[in-house]
Amino acid sequence: MANGTIAAHGTAEVDFYHVKSKHKGLLAWLLTTDHKRIGIMYLSCMTVFFLTAMTFGVLMRLEMLTPGMTIMTAQTYNSLFTLHGVIMIFLFIIPGIPAVFGNFFLPIQIGAMDVQFPRLNLLSWYLYIIGGGLAIFSLFGGGGWVDTGWTFYVPYSVRTTTNVSLSVFAAFVLGFSSILTGLNFITTIHRLRCPGMTFFRMPLFIWSIYATSWIQVLATPVIGITLVLIILERAFGIGVFDPTLGGDPILYQHLFWIYSHPAVYIMILPAMGVVSEIIPTFARKPIFGYVPIAISSLAIALVGYLVWGHHMFSSGISDTSRVIFSLLTFIVALPSGIKVFNWVATLYKGSIVMSAPMLYAMLFIFIFSIGGLTGLVLGALNTDLHVTDTYYVVAHFHYVMFGGMGIIFFASVHYWFPKMFGKMYNEKMAKVAAIIIGVGFNVLYFPMFIMGYMGMPRRYYDYLPEFQIYHLISTVGSWILVSGILIMIANLLSGLRNGSKASSNPWEGTTLEWTVPSPPPLLNFDKIPTVDHGPYEHPEIARRKEEESK
Amino acid sequence: MRPDIATQVDQTFWMITGTSIVLLLIITAAMLYFLFKYSKKRHPVPENIEGNTSIEIVWTVIPVIIVLVMFFISWAGFKNMRDVPKDAMVVKVMGQMWKWSFEYDNKKKSDTLYLPVNRDVKFEIGSIDVNHSFYLPQFRVKEDAIPGRTNYYWIRTNEEGNFYAACAEYCGLNHWNMYAQMVVMPEDKFAVWKNYFPPDTTAVAKTDTLKTTAGAKDTLKTVKDSLKVPAVTKDTTAIKKDTIKK
Repeated sequence: MANGTIAAHGTAEVDFYHVKSKHKGLLAWLLTTDHKRIGIMYLSCMTVFFLTAMTFGVLMRLEMLTPGMTIMTAQTYNSLFTLHGVIMIFLFIIPGIPAVFGNFFLPIQIGAMDVQFPRLNLLSWYLYIIGGGLAIFSLFGGGGWVDTGWTFYVPYSVRTTTNVSLSVFAAFVLGFSSILTGLNFITTIHRLRCPGMTFFRMPLFIWSIYATSWIQVLATPVIGITLVLIILERAFGIGVFDPTLGGDPILYQHLFWIYSHPAVYIMILPAMGVVSEIIPTFARKPIFGYVPIAISSLAIALVGYLVWGHHMFSSGISDTSRVIFSLLTFIVALPSGIKVFNWVATLYKGSIVMSAPMLYAMLFIFIFSIGGLTGLVLGALNTDLHVTDTYYVVAHFHYVMFGGMGIIFFASVHYWFPKMFGKMYNEKMAKVAAIIIGVGFNVLYFPMFIMGYMGMPRRYYDYLPEFQIYHLISTVGSWILVSGILIMIANLLSGLRNGSKASSNPWEGTTLEWTVPSPPPLLNFDKIPTVDHGPYEHPEIARRKEEESK
Repeated sequence: MRPDIATQVDQTFWMITGTSIVLLLIITAAMLYFLFKYSKKRHPVPENIEGNTSIEIVWTVIPVIIVLVMFFISWAGFKNMRDVPKDAMVVKVMGQMWKWSFEYDNKKKSDTLYLPVNRDVKFEIGSIDVNHSFYLPQFRVKEDAIPGRTNYYWIRTNEEGNFYAACAEYCGLNHWNMYAQMVVMPEDKFAVWKNYFPPDTTAVAKTDTLKTTAGAKDTLKTVKDSLKVPAVTKDTTAIKKDTIKK
């Protein structure tokens, strides 16, 4: 490690931003192997990608404001929903929490100085940037903006003249970034836990990252192969998927969802981990049911592999397989439900401080519950055949993905902001933003459930007059939501510039990251800590225990 | 008498949604109550509760029962959907970018789906190019149209009237305008229509395709118009004329 000699110079108290390194300026970032700097680099790039895809979303909603053409042509609209999906899913939702907060806090929470393979970690970041760059570049290359939907379904993706190959290759490169990060985290969790940090003393965030990493390593290669097959099919007409050459379009859907369903859990599990950190911190008591929550993460990861077929109920797969996939889908709903019950039960007899991160977490529980429960309608066989591929599905996955991962990404930024940047944001403003986001979110997405059930198919550039009122409400919701997000970002940026200095433990958190200075020094700890209790033992409770024993 | 598919879907939907609303209310109410009752102001000292095995078992077992009930009810509805009555009338449905065409057992072809009332109808669904999905929103059912294979479902036409079919699987530029009209009419009128072959079906079909595949700008105007279904007139000759015009 290039920076391994710092402690010897007696500068351990200098935070990782100001520590002297071999390189200066931008190079000190681009060539860093420090997990914290890499986390911050992910955060900045991801913000750009998120805002880009969000803008596409807002433009789409604007187009849907009135029937007929409002601001764009059908071809543009088709490209926008494709790009919105591709960028949000592959560049924000999938890597989001592990790459930013996993990188920054995983080593600190288990009492390590860095991840197991710091250089590999930097390589993952470069792959992420190359993949993201290719996705953006594919917009300007020949052929025009990709217009297949983020699922790249064949035969359409093989036939269209737009720039599919490059976009698909971008997703392929991003897959490697994901695999390497997962590999790095699994190894780190196995090899670098500090003395006394047994598996069942790990914070639940680490458990969720651990389960996620296994999915990343085991499922991502499948999508890699599938995407390469699309490119080969387009370039050479090899005929794996094209029925006119003896291929099978359904095979593509199987391969795609064998990755992309577990990927849904790559997206949501880390968010569940963060919620399990935030709630005990602000309820100021241990989490209710540590073991059930930890195990349910693994259960979700495991059963999540076996339910991909529920994306294909209408594709013509056999009735028997539909019944089996439906049953398994109902079963995979259970661990998520159990987590929600445990989070709510953690509040019981706590001493709750309603700070901004906690407000986001509570918002998450409400929105994610709606997302989860409406998923039951989609898992049920006969109702799915009505609502699949309608706005009902669009509403459902935005409640789960945006309401789950997105809202918790915002919560994580607010929760760990003082630790990452050593500054505080305006707490009141953060709460105002959270409330606006909560209202905007529901106004934007709830009408979609209704029009979906009424029969409004998704990915439609235009609609019948009976749906207009719902589209109108939804578009207004998008304006509210975006205002909330912009206020939130402005507030965070202003905190970054002028915020008051944050103490090492502003929330009275109990996990290891709150024992080191804000921002942490280069090697995180002066001395590798030793752990002798669970992760959420609140000091007040520990104090009382001590008094009682006296 | 077999239960009606659409009614079953609606019933299953409301059963699941009703249960979900109750669960959501319980979760949200508990959350808000705890947030209020155990705020730092009202409850300054937290208690050290780390879990409770019996309550974990309770809120695992009860949801298991709930979801199994949901599963079996939806399975029953699904079985009904897949079990096509033996005497069902067969209509071949073919999807293409971006229109539907229908073929009846006597080789009669049409772009509008005319059906007799009070009949069980089986659709055999295919595609000649990319994936589509043959969706009848008012009948609460769809199945994808995949090139190289035939999918199916059935419905029962309970009442006369105008309905529509939409494409529910993204299929490119004019996916949003891939509607077909559906007209359910009395049995005798349907028989007259079905057995009447206009002399120049193929020529008409060709110009029709050209129109539908024209650029987005041309089709924009026609979205709403395309769903203004010709009324089911009492005069059968009017239907004939209508068909010829199309």
